[in-house]
Formats: sequence, C-alpha cells, structure tokens
Amino acid sequence: MELMSNCAEVIIVGGGVIGCATAYYLAKAGTSVIVLEGSDHIGNGGSSRNGGGVRQSGRDPRELPLAMYGIRNLWPHLSEELETDCEYHQDGNLRLGKTEKHREILEGLADRARACGLDVRMIDGDEVRRINPYLSHEVTVASWCPTDGHANPLTTTLGFYKMARRLGARFITGEPVQELRTVKGKIRKVITPNHVYEGEQVLVAAGLHSREIFGTVGIDVPMDGSLLEALVTEAEPPMFDQMLGTADADFYGHQTKHGSFVFGGSSGLEPFYKDNGTPVTSSRTAPCICRGIMKYFPDLADAKIVRTWAGWSDRSADGVPVLGAVDEIPGLYAACAFTGHGFGISPAVGDQLAKLIRTGSTDVDLSPLRYDRFHAKI
Amino acid sequence: MNQVNDRSRDLGPMVPQPDDDRIICRCEEITKGEIRQAVHDGMFTLTEIRRYLRTGMGLCQGQTCAKLVKGIVARELGVSPAELEPATSRAPVRPIEMRVFAKEGKGDGADE
Repeated sequence: MELMSNCAEVIIVGGGVIGCATAYYLAKAGTSVIVLEGSDHIGNGGSSRNGGGVRQSGRDPRELPLAMYGIRNLWPHLSEELETDCEYHQDGNLRLGKTEKHREILEGLADRARACGLDVRMIDGDEVRRINPYLSHEVTVASWCPTDGHANPLTTTLGFYKMARRLGARFITGEPVQELRTVKGKIRKVITPNHVYEGEQVLVAAGLHSREIFGTVGIDVPMDGSLLEALVTEAEPPMFDQMLGTADADFYGHQTKHGSFVFGGSSGLEPFYKDNGTPVTSSRTAPCICRGIMKYFPDLADAKIVRTWAGWSDRSADGVPVLGAVDEIPGLYAACAFTGHGFGISPAVGDQLAKLIRTGSTDVDLSPLRYDRFHAKI
Repeated sequence: MNQVNDRSRDLGPMVPQPDDDRIICRCEEITKGEIRQAVHDGMFTLTEIRRYLRTGMGLCQGQTCAKLVKGIVARELGVSPAELEPATSRAPVRPIEMRVFAKEGKGDGADE
C-alpha cells in the first residue's frame, strides 16, 4: 500500500455531515483535506439520526440566513452535484396546533420569521386539511412555510463523503482525536492514539466531542448532550410531501421517497436519561411518539413501526450553533453545538466554511454564531 | 471497534461480474452489483452500506440478507467477513402497528 502523508492544508476533525460537506467544498476548490472520524462509520452521530428537516421556519434569526442561503443556492441541485439521491423535497412545512396556546406559540414564531423576510403564514384548520387531507379535526391552526422541505440525511451525508473522497479528500475512521497542539502560536498538530496529523488549518466539527477537543487548546464552547429518539414505519402508499412539526413539539417528521414515515419525538423524560455511554432508545418513548402521531393522523394507526433509534444532539447554551474562526489560535475553526439543527443547514455551512477557510470571508454573516458570544448572566 | 480504517486505500477497479444483477436484499430489492459499487464509492462498513443503499432496512430488518451482504462487502474489501462488524439491530424485533405499540403492552386484554 502506498504510504500517505499525514499532512494536508486542512485537517477536519469529525466525519459527520458538516465535516463531509466542508471537505467536499474544499476539495472541489482544490484544497487538500484529511478528515478524521473517531467512530468506525462516516456520519455516525446526529448526521444519521435526525428527522431530515430542511427548514427555515421556526429558526432563530441568527441562523435563519444560513438556512435561507442553502435552500436558495445549494439544495435544489445537490442530488445532481453529489451523484446521489438526497431525496430533497421542497413541499412546505406545516407546524400544527390544536389550542389557543398553540396559536400564540405559532404566531410568535411566524412573526419573527417574517421580520427576517421569510414567507410564513398562519392558516386555519380547513386550509390545513386542504394542504394535507389526512390531518384530524383536532388540528385547528398551523403555520405554513411553502419553501421549507425535507431530505434524506443518510444519503446526503454519505453523498458528500463519496464525492469528497472522489476529489481526493482523505478520510480515516477509527481515529478519535485526543488533542490539538499549536506551534509558534498557530494551530498545527492533531493527535490521535495512533498518529499525529499536521495541517495549516484545522476545523473541529466533532459534535458533542468538540468541547473536550477545544479544551486541549484552552477554548470552551458551552454545550451538552441531549437525547433524541426517532422511529420509522414500513413503506406506505404515498400520502403527503410536507415536513411536519407541532406547536406542542409532540412529534415531527415526514414521509420519505421510499414510502416509510420517519418521525422524531420525545417522552419528556430525556433530560433524566441514564447515560450509559451509548444513545439507546427507551421503551417509553416510541409508544409515546405513536400516541402523539395517531391524534394528528388517525389513518396511520395501522402503520407498522419497523425500527427505532436514538442519538445525541450537541446542544449549545443558547440554542444556535457555534461557527467560524477562533481568534486566539490562528488557523483554528469551529462548527459544532448545532442543537439538532445541523442537517438542514449542512450544505450552507460546508460551503461557507470552505470559503472562510480559503479566503477569510463569507457570503452569509456568521458573526452572530461566534464561539465567544457566551457570557455569565450578571 | 475503533480500528483505523483509511478510506483512500486502493481496492483496484470495480470489475463487473456475471451475477451483479442478482437481488441480495429482497425487501428493498438491492442487487449484488449495487452493493459492490457502494464499496468502491467508499462505503466500507455494513452500517454505511445499509444507510447508503437501504439493505437490511426493510420489513425483515436484514434477517435474510445481512450475512450475504457481509460476504460481498468482505470480498470486495479483501478482508475476512469476521472482521466486519454487523449493523446494529434495533427495536422492535418484529414490525408492530402503531395502535398496538402505543399501548405499551397494557391494551385491551390482548397478549401484547
């Protein structure tokens, strides 16, 4: 086997959808990249465990410009570009409500989104059922964002990986990064139990592990892990193409191209999860998600659940990601703490980070997402 | 777990085989040729193959094809099948209707 160099212009720590997308856009522009993934599989964290939303509605105004940028410029042609069916659908997002309190929540979200220039409308129960006739009469109100959608997180992540690899990006799995090291004040070395890699620039996109990795160079990003669960049904006849959520956050999801329904949700007991080091499903959660879904979609009561899974999201202290250059250490960049919102914005994040790393500037203003924005309350 | 796995190592060219159009995963109708091509596209683990192609993601959850897929991937990579970790099995063991699952085993005097 050919002996390969452990040096590249850019080392990316983390082989999830963010690391793979950034590697792809860098490799496409001719930059040499090594991606180090700690687990045995590409895209093994939140990248393969999320609900596939490609949404702008419901987003914090600080990350909304990234979501809008990706939906306008990258998602429409992503399947062609990656030679992989990303199953992107732009058929709108319905956020459903049943009570007056839900209406208030939805109106607040819609008002904030409109202030950022996004088309989100409030609609009544009858109009909801004109868009999606399978919804029960318990649904009395919804917000409707026609430019939202969904995609397949598994094929999108692996599609970015496949094309980045084809363009010469080097990927190594089973290489958990333990330490970053500077040389003469600049980032330089990335250390695993097996090897030392060297890069002129280093991007840390390691999800929940990013905090301990940044800690080795004295940078702290306040985040913790939050457990999320999801389930998938057998293939059903095509019913609807919208992405769905609820004001009450009882579930979210969509029907996939394959025909199966992917739904995520929670039991409410997740914050008190007994962490054994592996994200495992609880026997309480999937039945609770099923009860939630059946109230909205009585027709799905006979759909069979074939699989359930769990994953951690890397939740930041203020609910939006941490993105951009780290001032104290020239050459070091952060892309973590996505708080469950990473998949939909991943093409935009990869595209913009690649541009930032190559040129020092971006098209979308990333300054509201800086790593050093967190302060004590008094 | 956590074996260093360099995804740029040379597997040689993807040479067509006479039985490439044979269906291996019957639930999702995935052929041997598609599985072999996925390995050449970089999918080196059974978990990645499953997420990329849907092998073993259908009604039987891989109870029929998991072993066959493992053999094909191992041969393509030039390793022993024993070196490949199986994809994770996930609850429920058999497909179960939402209305039944929702009861958490407490429903209507049935033997769920």
